[in-house]
Amino acid sequence: MRQLITFLCTGVLLCGCATSQNQLLQAGDQLKLRSIQTRTFDTTDSVKTQRVILATLQDLGFVIDKADKELGSISATKLDGFALKMTVSVRPKGETQLLVRANAQYQLKAVEDPQPYQNFFTALSKALFLEAHQVE
Amino acid sequence: MKYKFIANFFVITVSSFLLCGCVGGIPKGALSLSPQTLEWRMLQSRRFESKDEKKILQACAALLQDLGFSLEESETSLGVIVANKDRSAVEGGQVIAAFFLATLVGGPAVYDQNQKFRASIVTRPFGENEDQIVVRVTFQRRVWNNQGQITKRQRINDPKMYQEFFEKLSKSIFLTANEI
Repeated sequence: MRQLITFLCTGVLLCGCATSQNQLLQAGDQLKLRSIQTRTFDTTDSVKTQRVILATLQDLGFVIDKADKELGSISATKLDGFALKMTVSVRPKGETQLLVRANAQYQLKAVEDPQPYQNFFTALSKALFLEAHQVE
Repeated sequence: MKYKFIANFFVITVSSFLLCGCVGGIPKGALSLSPQTLEWRMLQSRRFESKDEKKILQACAALLQDLGFSLEESETSLGVIVANKDRSAVEGGQVIAAFFLATLVGGPAVYDQNQKFRASIVTRPFGENEDQIVVRVTFQRRVWNNQGQITKRQRINDPKMYQEFFEKLSKSIFLTANEI
């Protein structure tokens, strides 16, 4: 009985101090996140890049949810015993480059680990035949 | 006394893991190409002799409607169509087993009830003169049990499904071309 009370008290102490509503604007360090999630490519062909992103996502086992050429954004979901949601967006950077940003959500959590993004951009640059540049 | 302290410490650690730490990290390789990538790409793609990407997309949309899908999203200028359909996921064997288990152990009989299929089709021009169109389709499904919980989240890899889909698509392209 005493242990049950300890169990419950610990739970309340450790988890109960933040309301779930706070999750709305919660995220990691903005600058760090952007550098993990963003690469630039030496091309200005946004439509071609978006088409290659679609192909890469399908290669990785995703089903596309949404695509918008004007916004340059594509969302997709991968189900494989888990749910992984991804949004990739493309926008011009200067006169000669495109900026590609990807962000992923695994189950109910944002993915903030650099490695999965690195893997994604490796696959994307292979398909684009272009090198992915880290953004400073 | 010391033993009790250790026991309590153990309970605290375990409970905090149970209550807070249940969301694990993203599986390794979830965003990397696998050795099967090429095989799946071939299974999920077909090339059609055509320069008219829009016509092919129309045939794809018509086929999805033939199959009972509802169109969810489309962006013709990128060659994207997304569709879904809800169907029953009840399988006789599973229901019988669930009821058998429920009578044996007590509690409600839990079995798969609903499923939602999703399909995304992406087309792209192919070849030096862009005189071919590649169509690639990917399917997935989620299954819910009769308690409303998700029991399966899976991509569909069965080669037969894709073969059948493309056989039907060839027919649909023919029908659309002939305005039927």
